[in-house]
Amino acid sequence: MNNLWGDSLSGFWSAWIIIITLGTIALSVWILLANRRTDKTPDADGNVETTGHAADGIEEYDNPLPKWWFQLFVLTVVFALGYLVFYPGLGNYAGLLGWSQEGQWEEEVAQAEERFTPIFSQYQEVPIPELAEDPEAMQVAERIYQNNCAVCHGSNAQGGYGFPNLTDDDWLYGGEPENILTTLNNGRNGLMPAWQQLGQNNIENLTQYVLSLSNEEHDEERAEQGESTFMAVCAACHGPSGTGNTALGAPNLTDDIWLYLAPGQEVGDSIRQTLRNGRNGHMPAQAAYIGEERVHLVAAYVYSLRLAD
Amino acid sequence: MEKIPSQDVTPNPVGHHTPSETVTQEMYAKRRHIYVREIKGVFQKLRRSANWALMLVFFLLPWINIGDRPLILFDLPNREFHIFSATFYPQEFILLSWLLIICAFGLFFITVFAGRVWCGYTCPQSVWTFLFIWLEHRIEGSRNRRIKLDSQPMNAEKAWRKGGKHAAWLLIALATGVTFVGYFTPIRDLVTELPTFEAHGWSYFWVGFFLVFTYLNAGWLREQVCIYMCPYARFQSVMFDRDTLIVSYDESRGEPRGHRKKSLSHLEAREAGYGDCIDCELCVQVCPTGIDIRDGLQYECITCAACIDACDSVMDKMGYPRGLVRYTNENALEGKKSHIMRPRLIGYFTALVLMVGTFTWAINDRMPLNFDAERERTQLYQVTRDGQISNVFSLTIRNLDDQDHVYQLSVTGLPNLTLDSSTISVPAGESRLKVVTVTASPDDLQQPSHPIVFTLQAQQDADIRLERETSFLGDIRR
Repeated sequence: MNNLWGDSLSGFWSAWIIIITLGTIALSVWILLANRRTDKTPDADGNVETTGHAADGIEEYDNPLPKWWFQLFVLTVVFALGYLVFYPGLGNYAGLLGWSQEGQWEEEVAQAEERFTPIFSQYQEVPIPELAEDPEAMQVAERIYQNNCAVCHGSNAQGGYGFPNLTDDDWLYGGEPENILTTLNNGRNGLMPAWQQLGQNNIENLTQYVLSLSNEEHDEERAEQGESTFMAVCAACHGPSGTGNTALGAPNLTDDIWLYLAPGQEVGDSIRQTLRNGRNGHMPAQAAYIGEERVHLVAAYVYSLRLAD
Repeated sequence: MEKIPSQDVTPNPVGHHTPSETVTQEMYAKRRHIYVREIKGVFQKLRRSANWALMLVFFLLPWINIGDRPLILFDLPNREFHIFSATFYPQEFILLSWLLIICAFGLFFITVFAGRVWCGYTCPQSVWTFLFIWLEHRIEGSRNRRIKLDSQPMNAEKAWRKGGKHAAWLLIALATGVTFVGYFTPIRDLVTELPTFEAHGWSYFWVGFFLVFTYLNAGWLREQVCIYMCPYARFQSVMFDRDTLIVSYDESRGEPRGHRKKSLSHLEAREAGYGDCIDCELCVQVCPTGIDIRDGLQYECITCAACIDACDSVMDKMGYPRGLVRYTNENALEGKKSHIMRPRLIGYFTALVLMVGTFTWAINDRMPLNFDAERERTQLYQVTRDGQISNVFSLTIRNLDDQDHVYQLSVTGLPNLTLDSSTISVPAGESRLKVVTVTASPDDLQQPSHPIVFTLQAQQDADIRLERETSFLGDIRR
């Protein structure tokens, strides 16, 4: 059994809890029995003895409890003892029924799965482009997206620094349904190696060349010098024209979309940083977290973003 | 400090009123069964009509529909509370709190004014108990016959009378249980599904629960609920003052009590040294809580006025004036002036009127729309490629109206704020999430944070309009 305390309480704390629990019950029973009074004889003036509690001169009689009330009290004690036999409550003792919080949680998760699986399976059959047009399915999908994806890609799916924008038409690994499904199910590891070994000068030349690819302001001379290095080193992944390669997840360098551009940062600085230190993009595999049925729905949601206004 | 005289409160054995004698006390107080005698009279008529009216309301309300929906339905699974034509949601539970507070103050007010009127005339515990006693009288016979029946050994007649009584009680209890559950699930479906075992498990549980406790409370526990369990009975006495209406025996007129020849006229009896009380014990026999009103005001008294009717009927027979036991107050009893208008009463009344007014205003002013604007948590703001600053908000919009709406969203607070989309349709009673991006030009930002206001406006209904304040964040380009 795995609980908050690790495997179980130490012997001392377990005993501590048992003593307090049973001691409290015993004390309650003692209070009930100790208040038993048998003598209720009025004195010479006809006054019956009171509890001695007085407020504004009003004293309290020590009248006995009604029978059923007393019996109810006894019943609660019996219930408490019974509960402690069947359920965990006495330190490390697990109870006869073997009930536990984790067990209950697992049971409820199983119940929820049982309820929702049919709904998801029904969508599982529908091809993604068709599912993307179904507003009801998209409502379900959007909730899944907001709960699992929005934390990185943003609730408007426009991404952010280091997190791809899912609403534009620029896809690192391709934007077809099967690409999106693969990305979601198995995750992606985008690797841009560090090119420190090329030296400061080459890195600056490359930077200027990459800037020129997307018509950013750049130093013509350095860019020309950088071209040959680009063809020798970078074109293998990013292609000779710099348009990227979705099979590898190599970004297109000719558009003006930069994954690692911090707000207010100059584009050149970002490219320089990428070349020097490399980049490691990691998209976690979702199949293990949310299951393939939900992945199918989220894929359709991501696919549907292109249809949006 | 002088001690307030008090007396032993153990209910008296049937038919005997004796001062407390030496008793050896058991572990618990033995309950003496109270055989309540039936009595006719003005107050019993009043009480009975009140009981019938309340019963009718309780039993009929779930059956009334408006359109295809019950008039009153507390739909717990869907968390919707339909009361008449309005639908309330859990977000509006504050209204329920206010309603309960108003009820409490209403109770305080009426208690100061008229004592435990609630208990005697309207409390469900009393209403059902009186109904059960009425049935008991019809099936087992009058008080004397019931006492006799209980003391005789079991025979055929006793068996069917007792059995019939309990059967009748259980039937009423069942109807009560079904009706109660009928407030939470449409009763027409309930009564068809219950016998065929198609209803929900919880429905059976609650029907059973209310069946058992109606039967126990009104059949077996009766005055014990008032004496030992009811919280109101514990604290109602602090609201009493010397002008509060109470049921009281006029000691100065009644004492010395005693039997006398019926032939004596009122005057002759007086001259012979008798008070007006003939010690017939009728007031004790009709009392549902088994007290003797002639001992003075006691905390068990639920002011059902049965003793007034009983005593008045006896006074009529004797040819004495009525009102030996009557509704009066302490001041009047002592011959002092009593005042209806007193600060305590006026205070409660003012508080009550204020709260009812506020509550009515709150109900009328209910905006059948709710929305929250939540800032994107992962990024304070975004800078678009063309240098604009944008903030992303998640709007959760809940349509609390009973018809679908299309809402128009607008945002103000900065010049040239733009929204990426501004209409959203939400079906009746549902909520929708909408993610909006608000964009501003950095030139318009004077500080890192500007207050902005989202306004949501229903397109078909000018009255449905709600604003939410939030802030627009961005860095300042110098």
